[in-house]
Amino acid sequence: MTVVSMTVNGKPASADVEARTLLVHYLRDALGLTGTHVGCDTSQCGACVVHVDGRAVKSCAMLAAQADGANVVTVEGLAVNGELHPVQKAFKEHHGLQCGFCTPGMIMTAVDLIRRKPELDEQTVREELEGNLCRCTGYHNIVKAILAASQDMR
Amino acid sequence: MYQFNYVRPKSLDEAVALLSKADDPKLLAGGQTLIPTLKQRLAMPSDVIDIGNLKELAFIKAEGNAITIGAGTKHYDVATSPDVNRHIPALAHLAANIGDPAVRHMGTIGGSIANNDPAADYPAACIALDAKIHTTKRLIEADKYFKGMFETALDAGEIIKEVTFPHPDKAAYVKFPNPASRYAMVGVFVSKGPWGIRVAVTGAGQNGVFRIKAMEDALTKNWSPDAVAAVKLPADGLLSDLHGSAEYRAHLITVMAKRAVAAAG
Repeated sequence: MTVVSMTVNGKPASADVEARTLLVHYLRDALGLTGTHVGCDTSQCGACVVHVDGRAVKSCAMLAAQADGANVVTVEGLAVNGELHPVQKAFKEHHGLQCGFCTPGMIMTAVDLIRRKPELDEQTVREELEGNLCRCTGYHNIVKAILAASQDMR
Repeated sequence: MYQFNYVRPKSLDEAVALLSKADDPKLLAGGQTLIPTLKQRLAMPSDVIDIGNLKELAFIKAEGNAITIGAGTKHYDVATSPDVNRHIPALAHLAANIGDPAVRHMGTIGGSIANNDPAADYPAACIALDAKIHTTKRLIEADKYFKGMFETALDAGEIIKEVTFPHPDKAAYVKFPNPASRYAMVGVFVSKGPWGIRVAVTGAGQNGVFRIKAMEDALTKNWSPDAVAAVKLPADGLLSDLHGSAEYRAHLITVMAKRAVAAAG
């Protein structure tokens, strides 16, 4: 067992876990942050996307130990004082979710995307979402929500 | 995943020492291949040595007529580097199209070429741009480095430090990605530089990346998409799987080569 410590959503977190523990399991099982989902478990679907040191990564393709000392943000860390993040608001407004399973990963990917590319067009959003799958095939409104959020955040 | 010891050395020297001490170690860079491999229990290392956070391996240096990229540099950083975009835009374009954004935030150039997946993108760039691979022990020419599917010239205990890419006069990389994995079904990197003209193919060969002399000769006589369009390849030695037959890949090579020459201008 190894003690793995990091900052998660602005607060220090620490847990004694096996070296082989994936970051997504550390977040869900050790810290109880179940907003981050395990979809495919083969790093295809992106339901597990979180931010590590400011970059979107797939938390099922990373060991918790690799994130030791890092600053991690999950979907639970986006809202400030109960006020939804503009991307969360846009997903609600534009019906960017159907069953909601892919939503945490979609939102974390979108927040990262808007930070990297504030000027977005539809084509770019669709290309950038290639690592996120929606099993309801609800892409149309997801893309709309991301475009709307990028406008709001300018 | 099987159990393993996880260690995170603080320097490259410490990583080399750990590598020589451990029973059956594996180096972990970005982990975008290794972690899925471990999850499927396709590997059972005794020790996982994490060099992914070593600052000394993460850099991009533009010096003279070449760019040197530290082995721990992420695909995203290569793709967005002003120096790479200015001097070798084909390399930035290649890095920008590996996997998906989250994979590019973790995956490294050193990890890619150490693994030498037959469908990886970087091996084609290394061969076509006559890259020099610097390790903790020596310098290896790209032409002598890739030894077949998942095989390289690296010794046990040897770690890639950096890769030097000389500036080409012209270069382009075009791939036909597998729609699910984004790995190259066929990727062709063409270049013209002090080394002459090179055409390197990834994704298609049973032994990994390879050059096509007939296309290089045709382009030497006449640098144009038409010159490579006339070169048809036999399917012998090409990969055949559920994504595409060897014949299909042979056809794709010519098409991708044509597009690459057109893109290089």
